Amino acid sequence: MEKNGAQLIVEALKKEGVKVIFGFPGGAVIPIFDVLFNDPDIHVVLTRHEQAAVHAADGYARSTGKTGVCLVTSGPGATNTVTGIATANFDSVPLVCLTGQVPRNMIGNDAFQEADIVGITRPITKNNYIITDRAELGRTLKEAFYIASTGRPGPVLIDFPKDILNAKLNDSYPESVSIRGYNPVIKGHPGQIKKAAETLHKAKKPLFYVGGGIHIAGAVDVFRKVVKKTGIPVISSLMGIGALATDDPLNLGMIGMHGTYPGNMAVTECDLILGIGTRFDDRATGKLSEFAPHARIVHIDIDPASIARNVAVEIPIVGDARQVLEELLPQVKQSQIDGWIKQVKEWQQAHPLKIEEGNIRLSPSRIVHTISEVFPDAIIATEVGQNQMWAALFYNYKHTRSLLTSGGLGTMGYGFPAAIGAQVANPDKTVIDIAGDGSIQMNIQELATAVQEELPVIVAILNNGYLGMVRQWQEMFFDKRYSSTCLNRRPSCPPGCKHPGENCLVYNPDFIKLAQAYDAIGLRVSKTEEIKPALVEAGKSKNRPVLIDFLIEYEANVWPMVPPGGANSDMLLGEGR
Amino acid sequence: MTHVISMLVENHQGVLARIAGLFSGRAYNLESLTVGATNDSSVSRITLVCKGDDNVIEQIKKQLNKLIDIIKLVDLTGLQTVHRELALIKIAATPAQRGEIFQVADVFRAKVLDVGLDNMILEVTGSSEKIDDFLLILQSYNILEMARSGLVAMERGKKAKK
Repeated sequence: MEKNGAQLIVEALKKEGVKVIFGFPGGAVIPIFDVLFNDPDIHVVLTRHEQAAVHAADGYARSTGKTGVCLVTSGPGATNTVTGIATANFDSVPLVCLTGQVPRNMIGNDAFQEADIVGITRPITKNNYIITDRAELGRTLKEAFYIASTGRPGPVLIDFPKDILNAKLNDSYPESVSIRGYNPVIKGHPGQIKKAAETLHKAKKPLFYVGGGIHIAGAVDVFRKVVKKTGIPVISSLMGIGALATDDPLNLGMIGMHGTYPGNMAVTECDLILGIGTRFDDRATGKLSEFAPHARIVHIDIDPASIARNVAVEIPIVGDARQVLEELLPQVKQSQIDGWIKQVKEWQQAHPLKIEEGNIRLSPSRIVHTISEVFPDAIIATEVGQNQMWAALFYNYKHTRSLLTSGGLGTMGYGFPAAIGAQVANPDKTVIDIAGDGSIQMNIQELATAVQEELPVIVAILNNGYLGMVRQWQEMFFDKRYSSTCLNRRPSCPPGCKHPGENCLVYNPDFIKLAQAYDAIGLRVSKTEEIKPALVEAGKSKNRPVLIDFLIEYEANVWPMVPPGGANSDMLLGEGR
Repeated sequence: MTHVISMLVENHQGVLARIAGLFSGRAYNLESLTVGATNDSSVSRITLVCKGDDNVIEQIKKQLNKLIDIIKLVDLTGLQTVHRELALIKIAATPAQRGEIFQVADVFRAKVLDVGLDNMILEVTGSSEKIDDFLLILQSYNILEMARSGLVAMERGKKAKK
């Protein structure tokens, strides 16, 4: 049967099992939206900004493991996706991003709403394409879905000139694809795995160090078995959180700039690190020359380019984390490391993470801790900054894929649309975006999307009136010169102001009124005893988003902190500690 | 250290931009890059010369290998290879100087492609070092213009690289 390009695209989406796409229409893609009109199989979530469409597809993908799909128009529609695509690329999220393009005969003519989106996104996609021949459409779509979801996943962009969407051909979506330049290594080398098991057993102070790859590979179940069998303690990167329950006695927590005391001490003193699906990123390693100075390193990763890039690796294992760990499991045994475990426990007891109560306003760590009590099985999304670190440190994660956060790129404005995508994918779960009053405003317009889609996403704003993380750095390293970080500052404010005072704006904006304007539920919390009731109240909403404005300490800081460029063991633990 | 990397790549739109972008985006040092057809019309060969310490070269190769359009990559450094570069050199030459230049050209097996009233164009092929040497000698004349091709290389022996 003859079909036009747009029809083939929708056929492809269905054959790939796509149930939801996130998008925003425009002139160049009307033919695709037309085919999707009233389609019973594919739901289109209309976001209010293309960046949010990509983040939502990303949240959908991270929370499920399925490939997220977004669809936008040419020119500005396409360029608005850039931050979303770069975010997904950095954190290895499978996305297929479909962009419209001007008709082929107008490409290069500076036509209306033309942008070279393939050129623009080349360094931030796993691969990208422009379709120049209608006959290539089906194969390219198949390749895109295959590449996005296999190996180290990532975003793939396809650009469709408008005339391709209208061009008819008697073809169908191919069943299979073979790409001669793309054959990811899945199975780890058996000899290397054997060596890893032996090294693990010999070590006196071993650690597992897990990253986001462990979730992507679906390796959390088998990893927990390996941990149970060996009794070896675990540290994680931000992206690895959830691989082991936060409150598991063997979980020493996150390492790095805002890592835990036991985590950072253990990584500094250990004699072996078995890294799984992690890049040994600079925020985690701290000063490289003093990172794990006594450790031999075994590294499992599906991406050869991530191995031995930042740290010297003695036993590299290229492969899928789940497959490698399944091979490893029968070869490991209980480690005889009583002395090490005792040492680790001492660190845990010496400086556990501490909820610091607020002086005048609310404590952010208390709020996140209460969120954990009220919603123990939630999917947590975060923005970027202090809110992200408090969410990482003070929520008790139990499940894989339960923390959605922009780890690599560090994108403010990620959390709320990602939470929307996650809620669409997980209608029965509680999805909470832990946000700051700065970052939430980078995609606040998505309240309209959440209301329209009847999604009960909870947005917990930790409102301190500042761009808090930068303010924290300014407090610590720039003599409290709060340059452009006060969100309430007006021209009439005294120069060099270092503290909020009576004459300051109370809210900017008034988030409750804003929520109400969108017909979302808005709750303001300013007393500690109101935290829990507000969360319980929010949990009752079944089809409306709830925004809770928590008024927190203006100058609360995230502790511990390793000053930038410092070694992980040189942590500042907080005032008076 | 300088490495010569030879790649077979899909003859797709944008492959060259992808490779060039990788080098600029990750601040790798690219000395030369040549692209040309192979005996298979769907495949092109790219030969590139890059510089860096062992870790950087290792990363360059790994990052290139991640590109979907790269079918096969071989680091020719340390292998038995032949490599060639071509240079066109236009120099000022009075009729009196011509004979002398012919002689120098002969030593380097350079060809005289064009002779004008007061200039001439020479073509020389060979290893990069040989071309460097030739240029050194020609420095005593007035070099008006020069074009170098970048390196192409191939491993010796019967084995096909695909």
